[in-house]
Amino acid sequence: MRVRYFAWMKRTVGVPEEEVNPPANVRTVGELVEWLRSRSAGHAEALAAGAAFGAAVDQRTVTFDAPLADAREVAFFPPFTGG
Amino acid sequence: MTVRVQEADFDIGAELDRLTEGNRRIGGLAVFVGLVREMHTRDGLHRERIDAMTLEHYPGMTERALEEIEAEAQRRWPLEATLIVHRHGRLEAGDRIVLVAVGSPHREAAFEACEFLVDWLKTKAPFWKLEETPSGEKWVEAHEGDDAAAARWAKK
Repeated sequence: MRVRYFAWMKRTVGVPEEEVNPPANVRTVGELVEWLRSRSAGHAEALAAGAAFGAAVDQRTVTFDAPLADAREVAFFPPFTGG
Repeated sequence: MTVRVQEADFDIGAELDRLTEGNRRIGGLAVFVGLVREMHTRDGLHRERIDAMTLEHYPGMTERALEEIEAEAQRRWPLEATLIVHRHGRLEAGDRIVLVAVGSPHREAAFEACEFLVDWLKTKAPFWKLEETPSGEKWVEAHEGDDAAAARWAKK
């Protein structure tokens, strides 16, 4: 699946997006976050427990207990500041 | 019933003309135009002026989120026409950033729905502001007041 990062998270992780193949026991967005943290120091910092960020699966906002199922694209981002 | 996300500026008069053209059921049109305002932040002992910002967004999800917000407004109020135009990219103080227009047979629905759309798009559409200050770039943090403004439209 493709994982995308926005705003400051993109800079902290170091890439705007990446293709990943998490193991089968990674079933929810929250489990994906935990798994991604081990990829680099930047990932660990951007996706740290307690950091304020949200997620979307296939471009719909979800909570961290949402299943990944057949997700093609998962995105992580800070709170929105548009308007 | 239109949503657009674009880098280019928009012409308010032309947009409103197009929105209401041919629809004689509209009795009131409520319009909100958001501008980039010149701001000051206090950074240590120095007051810093922010003259520009870059708006990042999530292409695809942004349009979908705005369409869902627009659809929700149409479920709640009797609306004849809605328009959301939101810009992205680099914007300077004084630039237009967003246009929200709502046409309804009556003004109450137009005013309320317009305010609802602005409140919700601030907290539900994936945009992020990066401010330029003399000492560097700074991501804008979300305001609790925006969440509170959006929450007052929660269905009871």
